Amino acid sequence: MKTTQSAEEKPNGQPIIEIIEMHKWYDEFHVLKDINLQVQPQEKIVVCGPSGSGKSTMIRCINRLEEHQRGKIIVNGTELTRDLKNIEKVRAEVGMVFQHFNLFPHLTILDNLTLGPIWVRKMPKKEAEELAMHYLEIVRIPEQANKYPGQVSGGQQQRVAIARSLCMKPKIMLFDEPTSALDPEMIKEVLDVMVDLAKEGMTMIVVTHEMGFAKTVADRVIFMDFGEIVEENEPNAFFDNPQHERTQLFLSQIL
Amino acid sequence: MSVQVENKAIKPPLTNIGVIGWIRHNLFNGYLNSLATILIFILLIQLVPQFVQWAFIDSVWFTSGKECHQVEGACWSVVTQNIRFNIFGYYPYEHQWRPLVAMIILVSMLIYSRDWKKWSRKLGYTWLVALFSMGVLMKGGLFGLVSVESTKWSGLPLTLLLSFFGILASYPLGVVLALGRQSRLPIIKAFCVVYIELIRGVPLITLLFMSSVMFPLFLPEGVTIDKVLRAQTAIILFTAAYIAEVVRGGLQALDKGQYEAAESLGLTYWQKMRLIILPQALKIVIPPTVGILISAFKDTSLVVIIALYDILNTTKSILNVPEWTGFSTEAYLFVAAIYYFCCYSMSRYSKKIEKELEYKADT
Ligand SMILES: Nc1ncnc2c1ncn2[C@@H]1O[C@H](COP(=O)(O)OP(=O)(O)OP(=O)(O)O)[C@@H](O)[C@H]1O
Ligand SMILES: [Mg+2]
Repeated sequence: MKTTQSAEEKPNGQPIIEIIEMHKWYDEFHVLKDINLQVQPQEKIVVCGPSGSGKSTMIRCINRLEEHQRGKIIVNGTELTRDLKNIEKVRAEVGMVFQHFNLFPHLTILDNLTLGPIWVRKMPKKEAEELAMHYLEIVRIPEQANKYPGQVSGGQQQRVAIARSLCMKPKIMLFDEPTSALDPEMIKEVLDVMVDLAKEGMTMIVVTHEMGFAKTVADRVIFMDFGEIVEENEPNAFFDNPQHERTQLFLSQIL
Repeated sequence: MSVQVENKAIKPPLTNIGVIGWIRHNLFNGYLNSLATILIFILLIQLVPQFVQWAFIDSVWFTSGKECHQVEGACWSVVTQNIRFNIFGYYPYEHQWRPLVAMIILVSMLIYSRDWKKWSRKLGYTWLVALFSMGVLMKGGLFGLVSVESTKWSGLPLTLLLSFFGILASYPLGVVLALGRQSRLPIIKAFCVVYIELIRGVPLITLLFMSSVMFPLFLPEGVTIDKVLRAQTAIILFTAAYIAEVVRGGLQALDKGQYEAAESLGLTYWQKMRLIILPQALKIVIPPTVGILISAFKDTSLVVIIALYDILNTTKSILNVPEWTGFSTEAYLFVAAIYYFCCYSMSRYSKKIEKELEYKADT
């Protein structure tokens, strides 16, 4: 099943995310250079690379938390352009999990989860609550529903954040270093949830340095450095036989 | 049964609890504090009995101004004998029950609505009805009530009117201005910045003057806009600019991640603001906001400058009557008590809201 090199060889045609010759600048600073990436439905992609290499910026461009200045980004059939009126429609299909969870501290965990379904999906409150409880069970913390985010542990908060995104029934999930703000003993509980999610067939782009996770879950691993995609390969080849010097250096540092 | 540890409660040493403990801890912990305590204590011993003597023992309550000049103590008669003019000003004497009822309605509505869990659509309609009846009571001309020009509105009802609507309208306006100042649309942003900076650059008195003297010059002949309304507008516009800056502080204090999380859920701008950003930002800035609203309340007394008779100005008029000149201490103490009562209530109420909105430790 797993293909090496590029996604174009994949049998199932239409990519769900397409990034073509994309560039981004912060003022004068060229942060992303000629990014090309195609993601097929249900594909799992792990992005790694040194700090400041532009990983976060790249995945944030996918739901337009950041604007790109050149090239094309097409998400779920919609091109992200400056005059796009309904960016909310695209975002509703793209879940995002942040390094620092970003739960809404003034709402209970249940309300954090039902907010999107109620206001974006226009779901009746009762139905939204059932949905929320369903996903809280999936992330294994149904008993915390009525607490506030500040009252549960970091690992639990991150699982709530994942459940919050899942309640929108997104087609794509983006993870930006979801475990790097967590104590070691909590990392596993979050990764377990993500592995389950991957098994369910979710399309995922995960920025992470958890190489074990990459090996078990990823279809492709992408290595970025200085705003470029330096290397892209299926995980075994990527870890055992990195082609680029920069990749080799990076892997030797983190493994 | 798993009683392994014997749980003998040991009482704290007597010097740490009870009255002695409290006094020690709060009044005499350290040389400096002890010294301050003693000094203040001496001062109080000097002043309090003197004040009590003046205000209560030697005082007169229901005499004429002439008799007042013969007594040593306070002449509270200046308040009691003029109470109706002090409170209602130039509102026609025989109709003064109308502003009285209006004020009672306002205060009861405020007291009833103080618990925001009770806020509902029905309460909103009740407020509309209440506001309408207050308007009718004040203005008349309907239901057989004699019409009373707004130029006659004065005293406490005028103060309450100006502050109530001043606060009610300036708060949302200020929030909108703060949002506008953050806007990505350059025209809206520029407008809000210019507005806020302009207004904050001039004193309220200037605005009141402009509204009462300059503004009518620009109106076409024959068109007049009610003076109270103009003063009211000036107060609202003025207060809103200050609210806007405070709210902006709250918006900036909020973690950027909150904006991003809201956006990535697919919330629209207004949903994001209403459900996620404003509830948190406004809560952060409750203390400075209330500070501004309290000043706004007190600043309504500046309408004296455009010859409106709020409660401070009616007091002044009383003191201008020869019979009562010289009793300004008593008269102003009375007005101060009213102002204090209102401001203190606002301050207490804000504390209460702050407490109710408190959620458990941040993420
Ligand atoms: N808002 C911004 N304005 C200017 N420069 C920025 C901004 N955000 C990020 N950068 C810069 O862009 C570069 C890429 O940042 P990015 O956050 O994408 O890196 P990253 O690969 O996610 O790193 P990390 O592993 O530390 O999260 C960095 O050099 C950073 O300093
Ligand atoms: Mg990053």
